[in-house]
Amino acid sequence: MSIQSTRKDLLIMAVFTLAVLTMPIWLDPIGAAYPDLLQKFAIFGIFAIGFNILFGLTGYLSFGHAVFLGVGSYSAVWSFKLLTMNVIPAVIAGTLIAGVFAVVIGFLCLRRSGIYFSILTLAFAQMSYNMAYSVLTPITNGETGLQLTQNDPRIFDAAAETTGLPITELFGMKLSGYPGFYFCAVLLIISFFISLRIFRSPFGLKLRAIKSNQVRMNYTGFNTRPYLLAAFVISGMYAGLAGSLMAVTDPLAGAERMQWTASGEVVLMTILGGVGTLIGPLLGAGLIKYFENIFSSYNEQVLHEIFSFLPDLFENIMVFVVNPFVGEGWHLTLGALFMVIVIFLPGGIMEGWTRLIGLFTKDRSKPDNNTPASAKAQTSEG
Amino acid sequence: MSDISRGKSGGVSRRSVLKAGAASGLVLATPTIFSSKAHAAGFRNDPGAAKSVTFGFNVPQTGAYADEGADELRAYKLAVKHINGEGDGGMLNTMKPLSLKGNGVLGKKVEYVTGDTQTKSDAARASAKRMIEKDGALMITGGSSSGVAVAVQGLCQEMGTIFMAGLTHSNDTTGKDKKRYGFRHFFNAYMSGAALGPVLEKEYGKERRAYHLTADYTWGWTQEESIKNTTEALGWQTVNTVRTPVGAGDFSQYITPVLNSGADVLILNHYGKDMINSLTQAVQFGLRDKQVNGKQFEIVVPLFSRLMAQGAGPNIKGILGTTNWNWSLTDAGSQAFVKSFGAEYGFPPSMAAHTCYVQALLYANACEMAGTFNPIPVIKALEGFKFDGMGNGATEYRASDHQCFKSVLVVRGNENPTSQFDLLDVVQEVPRSQVEYDPAIFGGELGPYEVAM
Repeated sequence: MSIQSTRKDLLIMAVFTLAVLTMPIWLDPIGAAYPDLLQKFAIFGIFAIGFNILFGLTGYLSFGHAVFLGVGSYSAVWSFKLLTMNVIPAVIAGTLIAGVFAVVIGFLCLRRSGIYFSILTLAFAQMSYNMAYSVLTPITNGETGLQLTQNDPRIFDAAAETTGLPITELFGMKLSGYPGFYFCAVLLIISFFISLRIFRSPFGLKLRAIKSNQVRMNYTGFNTRPYLLAAFVISGMYAGLAGSLMAVTDPLAGAERMQWTASGEVVLMTILGGVGTLIGPLLGAGLIKYFENIFSSYNEQVLHEIFSFLPDLFENIMVFVVNPFVGEGWHLTLGALFMVIVIFLPGGIMEGWTRLIGLFTKDRSKPDNNTPASAKAQTSEG
Repeated sequence: MSDISRGKSGGVSRRSVLKAGAASGLVLATPTIFSSKAHAAGFRNDPGAAKSVTFGFNVPQTGAYADEGADELRAYKLAVKHINGEGDGGMLNTMKPLSLKGNGVLGKKVEYVTGDTQTKSDAARASAKRMIEKDGALMITGGSSSGVAVAVQGLCQEMGTIFMAGLTHSNDTTGKDKKRYGFRHFFNAYMSGAALGPVLEKEYGKERRAYHLTADYTWGWTQEESIKNTTEALGWQTVNTVRTPVGAGDFSQYITPVLNSGADVLILNHYGKDMINSLTQAVQFGLRDKQVNGKQFEIVVPLFSRLMAQGAGPNIKGILGTTNWNWSLTDAGSQAFVKSFGAEYGFPPSMAAHTCYVQALLYANACEMAGTFNPIPVIKALEGFKFDGMGNGATEYRASDHQCFKSVLVVRGNENPTSQFDLLDVVQEVPRSQVEYDPAIFGGELGPYEVAM
């Protein structure tokens, strides 16, 4: 089992690495291959993978994960302002400080489970959001958002050589556009690898056991709280990493990153892709970001171009019918899609995929499916 | 379970699989790395020999400022029509000096892409990036919040793309956060204060006690500061200044303390739906029927717009404020614009629509003047550009801070409206000389013309 599965994991990693690094090529036909969106795919991929470690494995639904995203962003921007424009300290600071927040919030919230846990995390998120918005304005710059200025101290950088705002860099390499994407992509691959190891480890097994029956575990004398807290902190650090990467690709942090809608978004991503699967949350993140950025940009003019092959009358009818679902109506499409998936494919896109594969490989029996997540994940990448 | 995969990869070592994966990833990614560099030769999104150019219209389509955003988009569509020589030409007939020929810009047809700012800095920047990186937009324009304008302007400076700000009234946009690639036609809080001051003195006298409720972001802060400075120079006292969150909805908890504060003027530094809500609630609490310190209690809304007046209904009657433009102006430029806007959509344009329409035309005209789309000559063409016939009389784009200087309107909520749009009476057109200021008072740096890409 162990050797075989290690080999299979390596194959997964290889395929995954290849798929992520070649995103600029295979996403081109659907109009998604431009740096900003690719960066978002990678960043929200990390966020969703991290969220899945908590929600997918332990079943604890946190409704306040955006706090860690926001904390990561603010920490990273402060690192750019105070220390240096190099991204390494920013990423480390973002991840660690989000981790500290996760310890505190997790310690308090994990005293309850189920809906009470969700409400507690939501309460903490709203509290943090409102503090960032009003009380902590000196640190967060309120609704305007924290931005770089020319006269920030930046103690490790040599005196400013150019006029204009400095750009984030990695030892001299400017991290905007495609280099920024590759930087996020490498971190995504590392994050995915860590998540894979957690899924396969005894630690991951314990987390799954908590999900299936925590009461029974407690009765056998097993203290679940430290494991839950560890999962919570890990997933908070993932969110902090994602938040700091948002600041790396675009050095600005605003309180709206902590709003409950942002927390809700990652829940949607995970459910849409497939809770508890390795790849699912990534797919969900990609799908939602694609909708938000591409679908929302379609306007009547674009629709007329798309349907221009039809006769005039039909063209106008089609544009009339489709128009409410694109542009500012992209939420509507997303909502409908979400309903369809939750009703017909409770396991998300990953379930759809495995069913599809099942249709074509009916003759092949596969009874030894003791790790369904890995089986699903592998098929998705083939 | 892994019989098949073992059979296939049995002879291949892990290391070689990994190596092959990494290597082929790098190879496949190479063409895009090179192609992205290739653009850097001239300037970003050089249209070259293409038959058309793309403008990016980034407006709030959802959120507290969605009404303004919808009107801005209408204005932009109209501007594109006029630049391309369709429709009745609107302000192209009145603008002086005019380089545009009604055949697009430099012979290229203008197309546009749209995006939703959601009145959030993050979303606005993402949407602007999409338009620049994916859709090849040469210029970004729009927005209805100063927070967003400052954020997008910063992005445009980094990207080397010109940003023609839409509705943004904060002093910071062309003050401490001004940028070489950002331009603002709209007036600002300082000008509102300077224009409003003498009128307030005449109407309400020199001994007043003011209470501020302020939207808690860059625009609110600077407007509060400007109005406070103006009124204190008149001799007024400032009782208190209270910050309220944007989009609060319910302002009663902020209005109740005003009743017992001893103040006799309430200044609402709010905009959009916030202003509609706070004003309506202030009137419902009976503030305007009160007598304090032996004087009639008054409410002032320094930044007024017809869209907001429409939302607030009869509550705006008699209330003083300032506005950038109003559709009832009778100069040729305003009339031409109101006429073609009305013919297209069936109602008069708002001041947000006006400033956005003018911005689109000014950018197109500057490209035509410069004879290129290269942003550096275009910026130089806009800097110090003097023009007339666009609704505000003689106007200048001041080179030192990219702020337009023109006359400012002091308005009052109409007591007897003759139609649902006839809501604001122009009390006074304050000339440019009275609202002008030294750019140094706000600090900030425009930054370089050349940007690293």
